[in-house]
Amino acid sequence: MTIIHLTLKIWRQTGPESKGSFKTYESGPITTAMSFLEMLDVLNERLILSGEEPVAFDHDCREGICGMCGSVINGTPHGPEKKTTLCQLHMRHFQDGDTLVIEPFRSRAFKLVKDLIVDRSAFDAIIAEGGYVSVNTGGTPDANAIPIPTFTAEQALDAAECIGCGACVAACPNASAMLFVGAKISHLALLPQGQPERSKRALAMVKKMDELGFGNCGNEKYCEKACPKGISISNIARLNREFMRAAFCSVEE
Amino acid sequence: MQLNHRIPSGPLTEKWDRFRFETKLINPANKRKFEIIVVGAGLAGASASATLGELGYNVNTFCIQDSPRRGHSIAAQGGINAAKNYQNDGDSIWRLFYDTIKGGDFRAREANVYRLAQISNQIIDQCVAQGVPFAREYGGLLANRSFGGAQVSRTFYARGQTGQQLLLGAYSAMMRQVKAGKVTLHPRSEMMDLVVINGQARGIVTRNLITGAIESYAADAVVLATGGYGNAYYLSTNAMASNVTATWRAYKRGAAFANPCFVQIHPTCIPVHGTYQSKLTLMSESLRNDGRVWVPTRTGDKRPPAEIPEAERDYYLEKKYPSFGNLVPRDVASRNAKEQCDQGKGVGDTGLAVYLDFSEAINRLGEVAIRRKYGNLFDMYEKITGQDPVKEPMTIYPAVHYTMGGLWVDYHLMSTVPGLFVLGEANFSDHGANRLGASALMQGLADGYFVLPATISSHFAESSLPPITTSHPAFTEAMDTTKGRIQRLLSINGKRTPDDFHRELGLLLWDYCGMARNEAGLKLALGRLPDLKEKFWQDLKVTGSGADLNQTLERAGRVADFIEFAEIMILDALSRQESCGCHFREESQTGEHEAKRMDDKYSYVSAWQYQGEGQTPKLHKEHLVFENIQLSQRSYT
Repeated sequence: MTIIHLTLKIWRQTGPESKGSFKTYESGPITTAMSFLEMLDVLNERLILSGEEPVAFDHDCREGICGMCGSVINGTPHGPEKKTTLCQLHMRHFQDGDTLVIEPFRSRAFKLVKDLIVDRSAFDAIIAEGGYVSVNTGGTPDANAIPIPTFTAEQALDAAECIGCGACVAACPNASAMLFVGAKISHLALLPQGQPERSKRALAMVKKMDELGFGNCGNEKYCEKACPKGISISNIARLNREFMRAAFCSVEE
Repeated sequence: MQLNHRIPSGPLTEKWDRFRFETKLINPANKRKFEIIVVGAGLAGASASATLGELGYNVNTFCIQDSPRRGHSIAAQGGINAAKNYQNDGDSIWRLFYDTIKGGDFRAREANVYRLAQISNQIIDQCVAQGVPFAREYGGLLANRSFGGAQVSRTFYARGQTGQQLLLGAYSAMMRQVKAGKVTLHPRSEMMDLVVINGQARGIVTRNLITGAIESYAADAVVLATGGYGNAYYLSTNAMASNVTATWRAYKRGAAFANPCFVQIHPTCIPVHGTYQSKLTLMSESLRNDGRVWVPTRTGDKRPPAEIPEAERDYYLEKKYPSFGNLVPRDVASRNAKEQCDQGKGVGDTGLAVYLDFSEAINRLGEVAIRRKYGNLFDMYEKITGQDPVKEPMTIYPAVHYTMGGLWVDYHLMSTVPGLFVLGEANFSDHGANRLGASALMQGLADGYFVLPATISSHFAESSLPPITTSHPAFTEAMDTTKGRIQRLLSINGKRTPDDFHRELGLLLWDYCGMARNEAGLKLALGRLPDLKEKFWQDLKVTGSGADLNQTLERAGRVADFIEFAEIMILDALSRQESCGCHFREESQTGEHEAKRMDDKYSYVSAWQYQGEGQTPKLHKEHLVFENIQLSQRSYT
């Protein structure tokens, strides 16, 4: 196990209305087996004891699945490792003496709450518009009543793996949420269960996405690169197709 | 306090039907007159919120995360059990029921577990209809795998992220009700107290985690789905924010806490690597289907695994348990790993690990096939440890994972406080002294989708619920208590952080109330708690104020509750002088070092009742009656 020392430039902002700025901290000795968030824990323990408010950051499962953590590290959401959430990024990927610039996920639709924490409730608002199959509990057919080809189920799961962390929005020059929305649209459009509401869903979710101030996709692929779950940009193509199909061919409003 | 389990009469197989027929219903038009509070938005909370909203009730749902899609159910990897018998391998509702009772070492209620097995099939139907992309066979039908402790393939799964897919299904169903106006969400809200009026649960006090505002909400019933208390040990596989606060506050307002000493220690986790470690990561036990567990035969053998010849490897699980081998239940696998490490045969830097080796399976099936099955788990392991399990065996060690104990509930899932219902891991109901793999998802969804929505109407129909608003003095009192406590935490200004205290508590519990317990150790730990509590309230340091987002303050409040809670955990472990399931009292073991139950003395659910500050809680016993199965000594040899 190796010990490294880092310089951390961290965005500090007390609230949404206040002015924020970078503040520089020395990390102190960090073992390379630590996770990135454990490195922040160590810093925060020191800050608390010195009477300074610790750096606020979102995190929960620390297994890369809840989607709660995420900051921009040296310009990259979730840091330099591919397909890795911030909580699963380990310090062995950094060198002694490195300087790390740590910022929140920035976007018009993600209002800053404090330090590295942003409000991503816009994602919930988009899901509420149609990111579901409208079945009530009970009265559903036997689970094996509708066979689904393995390939289709796997493709749907590839899309459904999205953890809703918001890295795609933070990475996009247009702050577009189309990878997030495309993933949900694809997941349900691919499955037979999603067919009855296919058009309505595409129209409603896109409308909400626009309303909330997310930008449009410019095919730059930054989102795909930043996505810790490797959600493919082909889901955005499918979203466009679903939207066009619904807008031109559907009888729904 | 009376523990009335309210199990319906009649044959086991007819109880749930009989209950649903005999229970009083609420007219559809009247349902909208009832307000329900749901605390927690994991599988149980989200599925309950969705279903109650669909039925027409008005629901307010609270969670501590920024979005209800993040409850820790999301991290469940392996799968969900159901008695579909799609594989035609001899499964049935009765077999799932029997396996669950036996797996729990005969410390769960027959009626609850049978109902769970019955409902398991409806859950799968429901989830598929929602669009949960379960794994499928080439013909398009659902795939199943066998899972720890089961000899049939009854586990449905979605790669290694079944919990995520099920939770997103429940979350989506709930968001549909948000859109419909039946569910109102309160994310980043932490329940601080339960409000009890005229003996009924009528509301909660919360802290808005962004503004710090102390708020109160009134309702006709309160539903807790706030998960387990595994984080009492500091290190566990739970999410960082998982806590006991909601259930502990309810306990202090009169809800009995059942079987708090039943804590499951999962055998396949990534070992601890340093004192700064913040949490432990589970590796799904599905890995034990193809991985073989071993240690060197010689103590203190520090050679790298590749240099240890076959003859000097001890595949201790296969040797001791020939018919189950590496698939023995979790508690058995965990205890055996500890036993090997205690004998000095542990591997890795700390000597607190055993190998989980895939080389035999790779030779037999090929690397491609093994990667297809476990690829994401291998990646996860490599990400954390920097080692590739295809090239060298994984190192694993047990970690605190799930708590079978929880608030006591009756057949209706109602606690000893009328109007307070408890679902999922937060209650004690279905897993006895040990939970089988892939059964937590099943129970969370059974409680939320099917049980509570059927039982809550009888509470509304049979109780007198006078209109109440938050201006009632009970709300003012609870809010003042909460504010006073927060003020106290902020004003200590000592020298130790909440995490520092939490770590101390965790080590104490792990050492003396962990995988193996004995009277002397438990008494020692119990004796240290008052001192720890005193130090906490004298030397704690919390920065910032209570008037905005303050994560240190949040943690301090949770740690304070864990310290208090630890007392009933240890008292429970002390009072249960038998071994059963995960609760291993060293004084009570068989010749082969297996857990030895004492059915004549301990065939009961322990339920602890709060007696006031500084008073020893009172133990109540609900005796378990087994009319349908024969109790046997668990044997996996």
